[in-house]
Amino acid sequence: MQSFVKEVGRAAVIDANSVNTDLILPKQFLKNILKTGFGKYLFWDWRYLADGQKNPDFVLNQKDHQGVSILITGDNFGSGSSREHAVWALTDFGFRAVIAGSFSDIFYMNATKNGLLPIVLPKADRDILMTVAADEAITIDLVNQDVAMDDRHFHFDINPQWKEKFLKGEDDIDLTMKYADQIQAYEDQRQALV
Amino acid sequence: MSQTLFDQIWNQHVIAGEPGQPQLLYVDLHLVHEVTSPQPFDGLRTSNRRLRRPDLTFATMDHNVPTKNLESVQDEMSRLQMATLEKNCQEFGVDLASVGDEDQGIVHVVGPELGLTQPGKVIVCGDSHTATHGAFGAIAFGIGTSEVEHVMATQTIWQVKPKTMGIKVTGHLPANTYAKDLIMALIAKYGVSFGTGYAIEFFGETIENLSMPERMTICNMCIEAGSKTGMVQPDQTTFDYLAGRKRAPKDMEKAKEVWSQLKTDDEVAFDRLIEFDVSDLKPMVTWGTNPGMAMAVDEKTPAISNSDDQAAYDYIGLHPGMAAEEIPLDYIFIGSCTNSRYEDLVEAAKIMKGKHLAANITAWIVPGSRAIRNRAMKDGLAQIFLDAGCQWREPGCSACLAMNEDKIPAGKHAASTSNRNFVGRQGKGSKTHLASPAMVAAAGIAGHFVDITKIHDTAEAAMGV
Repeated sequence: MQSFVKEVGRAAVIDANSVNTDLILPKQFLKNILKTGFGKYLFWDWRYLADGQKNPDFVLNQKDHQGVSILITGDNFGSGSSREHAVWALTDFGFRAVIAGSFSDIFYMNATKNGLLPIVLPKADRDILMTVAADEAITIDLVNQDVAMDDRHFHFDINPQWKEKFLKGEDDIDLTMKYADQIQAYEDQRQALV
Repeated sequence: MSQTLFDQIWNQHVIAGEPGQPQLLYVDLHLVHEVTSPQPFDGLRTSNRRLRRPDLTFATMDHNVPTKNLESVQDEMSRLQMATLEKNCQEFGVDLASVGDEDQGIVHVVGPELGLTQPGKVIVCGDSHTATHGAFGAIAFGIGTSEVEHVMATQTIWQVKPKTMGIKVTGHLPANTYAKDLIMALIAKYGVSFGTGYAIEFFGETIENLSMPERMTICNMCIEAGSKTGMVQPDQTTFDYLAGRKRAPKDMEKAKEVWSQLKTDDEVAFDRLIEFDVSDLKPMVTWGTNPGMAMAVDEKTPAISNSDDQAAYDYIGLHPGMAAEEIPLDYIFIGSCTNSRYEDLVEAAKIMKGKHLAANITAWIVPGSRAIRNRAMKDGLAQIFLDAGCQWREPGCSACLAMNEDKIPAGKHAASTSNRNFVGRQGKGSKTHLASPAMVAAAGIAGHFVDITKIHDTAEAAMGV
């Protein structure tokens, strides 16, 4: 997985709550058997009008928001379906971090497997961050758990083990293979009902 | 110190890690379907890893499968995804119930039906409605695709232990209200994220009196409350359901002895406790674009209180102050891992028996598994639906998420027994209204939602009951 240490990037704001994974990536795009190429379908129903044209009102279609890497949004982001394809679509599009009021538990875990940093900040902090100008950079410093815009700083929490994983870009399975003996020992004493 | 059912099963499965930190849990059952498995199988192959425990893994096809005609032409991508699962299961030695097989169906319906779902297990699947299996007193939760690969390779999963929430349900379910109304009313009251970060356990006299299918309906929709796992303590109802099933333990006495140990010591052990009385529960209907946007059938659609409400009304094409009867309907869908079990079909058939669909309604009845379909065809249930003018389909997820051809057309409203009324969920531009199977069946006959507590009262009065 791609590591995450620090990101200096511009941001897009989607000021809505409960942006679910059906909205992030609709089901018609779940049929791909690969992990790549989902970015072009991200937020499909918002990005494209019924006639297939790009919706000029949607933030990610606006000229001054091209190349954004940080998404700022409301509560309960990534709720609904467990589809990791939603995370792949965000990362493939170029997002490195999502700042929200809260995340669904499954989406959060999926994000931690793909180097997409999920940051929880209270509404008061996000209200300030949502005033970000299109050409203004936000800095996310994972080591110090800090989001900065101008001279404003916002601290965020993250589980130390997930933080370590992001910093190193570790693959979970390799990590778990270090516990092979314990897994074997567990299986040896495990009593299955027959 | 007293512990909850969740704590107890969790602790039995910890291999490594400290409380409060990610802990490595052993997985007793990994359920697999065609949509979230191609990438993990591919990952195993490219890393030259084996699938550690094929014997604890079971696969079926549900999300993409055709329900009209098994031979019907699928789009190329669906076909490829299904063929890929066939090939992968063969290569890695995993049991697969493929399209047309007698054990095929929605993964959350066939797991319990086969007796694979059992108390005390840790059960995972790359699907958010895995919470369904918690109805048996298991820790069951949905996982992402990376986690699917991790479980395949190691038979374990890293998780931070969630907090626990007890939901104590009291009171007698009023006539014509169901488990579906109970969980919908809870979500309407507490919102779509009150369970985030929690494992929920339902308990109390009301829950004890529920059948296994009813308990599954309730646990199934925990994810719509934000919780990825819901559970019920196993009891005689659980044991009776499992006894004699194909993949259940043969030595049921021994199993019962083990399973009877699984319980919450004391309700003080929960991190949060909610009490919910169902004595005045009404049939529920959603008006908006998330499951929390719901009302009792005799209420009016609510005032707009924020921009989310406004956006929901704009999409669904309703306005505040409308009665449920006034919601225009075009389709009804009875199916999904929430409400496609035999008992759900029975409730719908009771309403439809001897009647015919209203002229404006197209109806799709999609049983959750081939076993349910076969049983309903044998005992006349299917014929009731056919006589009413419904389409009687093959088992699968179907119009719950509309990945196959079963899409509600843009702009059309559907009364649906499924679990999500999200924007575009049942097809681009589709407008979903969630309700119980009886409510949806009655809406099909009347052509619009009706308060089934009233039609039943009238019918009973006419019969002099």
